[in-house]
Amino acid sequence: MRQLIGTLLIGLTLGSIYSLMALALVLVWRSTRVVNFAQAGQAIVTTYIAYEIVTRTGVFWLAVLFAVVAGALLGAGVEYFLMRTLFRHVDEGPVAALAPVIATLGLLGVIKSIVGMIWGNDFRSFYPPVSTDNFVLFGESIPFSRFNVLVILSTTVVMIIFSFIFQRTDLGLSLRAAAFQPEIARLAGIRVGPIRTIGWVFAGVAGAIAGVLITPNDVLSPASLDVLLVFGFVAAVIGGLESLPGAVLGGVVLGIGVSFVLNYVGTTLIFPTVFVVLLLALIFKPNGLLGAKKVRSA
Amino acid sequence: MSSLVVSNLTVSHGAIRALTNVSFEVQEGELTAVIGANGAGKTTLLRTLSGLKDAENGTATWRDRNILGKRPEDLVRRGISHVSEGKSVIPELTVRENLVIGGLWRRDKNGTEKAIKEAVELFPRLGERMSQSANTLSGGERQMLAIGRALVSRPKLLLLDEPSLGLAPLIIEQIFSAIKNLQKSMNLTVVLVEQNATSALEIADTGVILNLGELVASGNAKDLLADPALKSAYLGY
Amino acid sequence: MHKLSTKKAFVAYFLFGWLLLIVADRVDELRVYQGATIAVTTLAIASIILLTGYSGQVSLGQGAFLAVGAYAAALSQTFWQSPFWFTLLIAILVSAAFGFILAFAAGRMSGPYLAGTTLALAVGLPTLANQFSFLGGETGLVYDAGLPPERFGEEFTLYKWFFWIAAFVVLIAMFLLRNLLNSRFGRTWKALRANSTAASLCGVNVAQSKITAFTISAGVAGLAGALLGMVSIVAPSAFPLSLSFTIITGAILAGVTSLLGSMLGAVILVVIPEIADVIAHQLGDSEKITTNLPGFIVSVLLILTVLFSPNGPAEAMRKRKEQHAKH
Repeated sequence: MRQLIGTLLIGLTLGSIYSLMALALVLVWRSTRVVNFAQAGQAIVTTYIAYEIVTRTGVFWLAVLFAVVAGALLGAGVEYFLMRTLFRHVDEGPVAALAPVIATLGLLGVIKSIVGMIWGNDFRSFYPPVSTDNFVLFGESIPFSRFNVLVILSTTVVMIIFSFIFQRTDLGLSLRAAAFQPEIARLAGIRVGPIRTIGWVFAGVAGAIAGVLITPNDVLSPASLDVLLVFGFVAAVIGGLESLPGAVLGGVVLGIGVSFVLNYVGTTLIFPTVFVVLLLALIFKPNGLLGAKKVRSA
Repeated sequence: MSSLVVSNLTVSHGAIRALTNVSFEVQEGELTAVIGANGAGKTTLLRTLSGLKDAENGTATWRDRNILGKRPEDLVRRGISHVSEGKSVIPELTVRENLVIGGLWRRDKNGTEKAIKEAVELFPRLGERMSQSANTLSGGERQMLAIGRALVSRPKLLLLDEPSLGLAPLIIEQIFSAIKNLQKSMNLTVVLVEQNATSALEIADTGVILNLGELVASGNAKDLLADPALKSAYLGY
Repeated sequence: MHKLSTKKAFVAYFLFGWLLLIVADRVDELRVYQGATIAVTTLAIASIILLTGYSGQVSLGQGAFLAVGAYAAALSQTFWQSPFWFTLLIAILVSAAFGFILAFAAGRMSGPYLAGTTLALAVGLPTLANQFSFLGGETGLVYDAGLPPERFGEEFTLYKWFFWIAAFVVLIAMFLLRNLLNSRFGRTWKALRANSTAASLCGVNVAQSKITAFTISAGVAGLAGALLGMVSIVAPSAFPLSLSFTIITGAILAGVTSLLGSMLGAVILVVIPEIADVIAHQLGDSEKITTNLPGFIVSVLLILTVLFSPNGPAEAMRKRKEQHAKH
């Protein structure tokens, strides 16, 4: 029983971080129809920035603030300088449809190698603001720490802010309109270009927070967020790739699944499990857990 | 005063020419029907006028200012609203949200609310479904919603692309009479693209007939309707 | 473009192979090793060209199929003591089967789903080697092409032998691929890439064609993987995520529509680390720069190519010619 609760709680912690990454991918996908593989690269930059702040000042929340601002700026920059140039240049030919996704992959490579040049490829550790020691309940230790509580609380706050913005504000309405039907949105007078940039900004923020929250339980290196990218992608696919609540749900489902495999089977099978989950999701729930009936193409 | 002036407009889709040297004028407050068969270039004409498509040659002005090569979102701010082909609503949003987006650019909540109220007065069926997803609407209701959204933008020039497409005759009649009402009550200039030639020309003041991208006739709607040669060749009856 | 007949093409491939062998006799060991790498990379790029250039699908994790091929070949050698040529066959079959399963699951979707799924594969697959002891962990598996026959003489080095094998196998594979792409299959795929709706209306079974293309591409990649394993090692470090990036870059640089271009792409890829070394030396040989510069150059090239010549130099020239003809 104790193990079951522990597994669920760990799953929730992991899941909330996967949700943030999934959210970032979905936000970009909805606004630009690109899966932004560079999201992991953007997040690694912001996480290294946070790492610098934490090691210098010791103030975790200041580091988060810097990471969030850097994430927002990076998101805007990538959209404005890379994506817009790309869409201006590439219009036809066999690669046209694939060009954006390949460009984001290239950007991931560029960012990771630059980060490697600046900070080196060795592992660093990132100290958490609160203890990562297990709680002790009735004399028994539960694999759940203050830091995990912090992770769940902060992602919840982020999700609430996001859902408020998307559901209750004019900006959110513009973002949704531009995501679903950009042409009609333009005909209604919405400036889709800047709105798209804002979508990337939100994605950058979500990715930055995900990076900062996952790293204290892990190590930091230029490649350390690749796995988060993959898990975030799988979570987004489980959620249907179009839906923000779907991304959150997908992240939590995946996190709990991963946590069960970790606790009851061992680390060996995590990756195969995630991969099988991805394939099953694609085969049986191609529109996501919350998806409407629509053919998944493009 | 001519408010919409199109002259020598030529538009291509890649290697295929969709419009060749089309010229016509629409007076302020007038309803013009653009008639023609499939592939005549009607939709291309509207998409060019609303900024969705670039022209290859020619000019088009609205109230003496160029509108070619402008962004649709900027043209909306100049009073040009386009209801594109096929019930242009966003099915993922609610009916209310679909209406609200038409007014977001004005940053005037009260004005938008007032405009929404007017749109609902014009199409009462929308009022009963405000919080439903637009996905649940019937074809006719979607068309009403699309026109309603355009009205919330407070247009001076309304471009309508085949509002009758796929609708039952009774609904078409309702929508056409609503369009006629709008024109009169708000002094709107309307360009109505239709395959449904007779009904469109009956409510129109003037007409433009396109065939394979070229203008074959234009003028008073009643005269066009009465012309036996046009009737058999282009109006399809 | 003028297409050679199959017979003439065969003669051309044969002469080219002969030329390679003569050249290989006259250059030093490092160049021979690079030659072998170029041959292997050419084949890996060809597997992408087949997939992306012809059937319009994308695989961001081609490195995973190379790994599958290499491990399959090495395992069959370790456990069954298979002869070398048979291990190559095993590499093709196993990775093709793997590709088939994946394509079957992912086959109906395109774009982001396929991209993400293949990327997930490339990130995750190498981690498996550490989890199962029979895969040999970080040190990997022994995979051995055997020593060169004695009658080649004492002078004949191991690397030259690797080069001979790689060049021979790759030439045959490329010749077969060329014929495949000029056949009905190739034309179907091209039609598919251009317009899958139109192709399906013409009676092409879209899903089936895509699965076939994916399966063949995976098999080709598996063969390339086995050869790569022969030249270097069969261990996770030989198949990092960056390998997949590199292969894609090569394919895009070469122009995904031309099989011949794949060799050009491979040459560029093999030359990049050399250039990077020179630059890193100029910059003072810091370890951070030396290890990251090649990846940096490859990624920058990838972005620049996608931005400015996404369909490759051949396509760009053809387009320019067409525009000239128009005016």
